[in-house]
Amino acid sequence: MMTINEVQDELIEDFSLFDDWESKYEYIIDMGKQLATLKEEFKSEENIIKGCQSRVWLTATTDGDNLAFEADSDAIIVKGLVSMLVKVLSGHKPEDIAKADLYFMERIGLHQHLAQTRSNGLASMVKQMKTYGLAYQSINQ
Amino acid sequence: MTLTLSNELLNATKIREDFPILNEVINGKPLVYFDNAATTQKPRSVITALSGYYEHTNANIHRGIHHLAEKATAEFEATRKSIQTFMNARLMEEIIFTYGTTDGINLIAQTYGRSFLKKGDEILISTMEHHSNIVPWQMLCEEKGCVLRIIPINDAGEILMDSYDNMLTERTKLVSVVHVSNTLGTVNPVEEITRKAHAVGAKVLIDGAQATLHLDLDMQALDCDFYVFSMHKLLGPTGMGILYGKKELLDAMPPYRGGGEMIKEVTFEKTTYNELPYKFEAGTPNIADVVASKAAVDYVQAIGKSNIAAYENQLLDYATDALQSIQGLKVVGTAANKISVISFLMEGIHHQDIGVLLDQQGIAVRTGHHCTQPLMQRFGIPGTTRASFAVYNTIDEVDRLVQGLYKVKKMLG
Repeated sequence: MMTINEVQDELIEDFSLFDDWESKYEYIIDMGKQLATLKEEFKSEENIIKGCQSRVWLTATTDGDNLAFEADSDAIIVKGLVSMLVKVLSGHKPEDIAKADLYFMERIGLHQHLAQTRSNGLASMVKQMKTYGLAYQSINQ
Repeated sequence: MTLTLSNELLNATKIREDFPILNEVINGKPLVYFDNAATTQKPRSVITALSGYYEHTNANIHRGIHHLAEKATAEFEATRKSIQTFMNARLMEEIIFTYGTTDGINLIAQTYGRSFLKKGDEILISTMEHHSNIVPWQMLCEEKGCVLRIIPINDAGEILMDSYDNMLTERTKLVSVVHVSNTLGTVNPVEEITRKAHAVGAKVLIDGAQATLHLDLDMQALDCDFYVFSMHKLLGPTGMGILYGKKELLDAMPPYRGGGEMIKEVTFEKTTYNELPYKFEAGTPNIADVVASKAAVDYVQAIGKSNIAAYENQLLDYATDALQSIQGLKVVGTAANKISVISFLMEGIHHQDIGVLLDQQGIAVRTGHHCTQPLMQRFGIPGTTRASFAVYNTIDEVDRLVQGLYKVKKMLG
C-alpha cells in the first residue's frame, strides 16, 4: 500500500507527461468517467457538499483500521478531481488523512479548482474528508 | 464563418485600444471577455480619472474651504450633473449616489418600504428578478406583513402582461421589476408596466443594472418612481451606483443611514436632516469612484447609445445564429426584445465543465444560476452558460467562442 504522499507523487508524475491543457483535462475527464457513480441512496442531503454550481457527494466507511471514501459529482471535471482526491486519501489511517498535506493539486497546476470555494465544493470536500479522519481517529482511540 | 459588421456604427478595433485589459493573455491565449453582464471592463479614461483624482485632487468634499476640497467637491457634483443629463432626470437632487444596484434597492425597501407600506399591502416582482430584487422585499414583507407576489413569464422569458394586469389591484403598492434580465437578456416593457402600476396608485422601481449601457434612459418619459443601477456595468468603477427617485418621494422618505453629511443640525435632543440629495449620503462617500464615473458616462455618450445598441444587436444576432448551429445547444431566453446576453444549455454537458474548458481557451463566460435561482426553477434547470457582449467585443471573438464550444463537445462527447 502506497502512502498518501507516494500517491500524490505518482499523480504529479502522471501529469508531467502532458504538455498541453487538452491532454491534461482529457485525462481528468477520463478519470471522472471511470469513477463509479455513487448509488442513488448515497446521494442524500446528508452526504452532499453543495457548491454554487456543481454538487459533490461524499461517503466514508471504515474497516476498523482504515477509512475508505466514495464520491461523485454532477460535473465531470469536478468528478475527475474528486476521483484524484479519493485515490490519494482513501484506504489510509484516519490520523494520516487528518494531517495529510495535499500538495499535488498545486504541483499539477489545478490549484485554481480548490480555490474556487464557492463554485464547486472541492475545498469543502477536502475539509470534510479530513473531518472524517479526525472523527474516526477519536472513535478509534 | 466570416461577416463584417457595419463600420458605420462604430470602429470596434479602435474602441478596443481604449481598454487596456483586453490585451491580457489568459492560459496562453488572447482574452475573449464575454462576462460583461457581470461587470464591464474600463476604458483608459476611467482608469486615468481614478488615479488622477488621487494624484491631483484628493480631499474630503463639502464644507472644506481649501482649494483641493473645493476642487474635489466640484468634480463630485459634476458627476451628479452628468448622471442627471444621462438619465434625463428633472432635477439634480433626484440623483443619489449609492454603492450599487443592490444598495439602492435596499435603501428603498428600508426607507420607503418601512415607512409607507403596511400589513396586507402587495409588492409585485417578476419571475426573472435577480436575488437583489427579491431578498430585500422578502425581508420587508417579513417585518411589515406585506405580501410579495410574482408576475409569471412565458417560455421565451417574457413577462405575461395579462397576468400582470390581473394582479394589479388597489392592494398593489409597489411594483419592482428588472429593466433587462441579467440571465435571459429580455428587455421588459417598463413604460407599460409603469403606466399600469400608476393607474392603480402603485409606485414603481426599475432595476436598471443591465440596461444602462445598452438602452437610452429617459426618466421623465418613463415616469417610474425609482430607478437604480451600478456604474461598474456601465464601464465605470466598482462600489458606485445610482438611485434616481422622484423628488417628492425622496423628500417624504426618512433617511437611510445616520451620520455626518446627512444632517442639518445635531443636538443630543434632536437632529434635523440635510436636504436632498445629501440626506441619503451619510459619511464620506466613495469620492474617487464618483469622480471617475463621469469619465465612463462621457465615454459612452461620445460613442452614442444608439450606435452601441445597433452594434451589439448585430453581435447578438450573429452569435445567436452561430451558437444555434451547434448541435445539442439550446438557447434559454428567446424574447422578441432582448439585448446582448445569450444563456444556453448543451445537451449532456454540465455548465461548469463548459466554463472550465472555455477558460482554458482564454474565453471568459459565466456559468451557474446567475443569482436568479427562482428563474432557473421556472425553467427546471440548475444553471446555464452565459455569454454577454459589450461594445468592445467582435465577430472574431464570437467565432472563437463557437470553436471553443466545439472543442468542449469533442472533449466531453
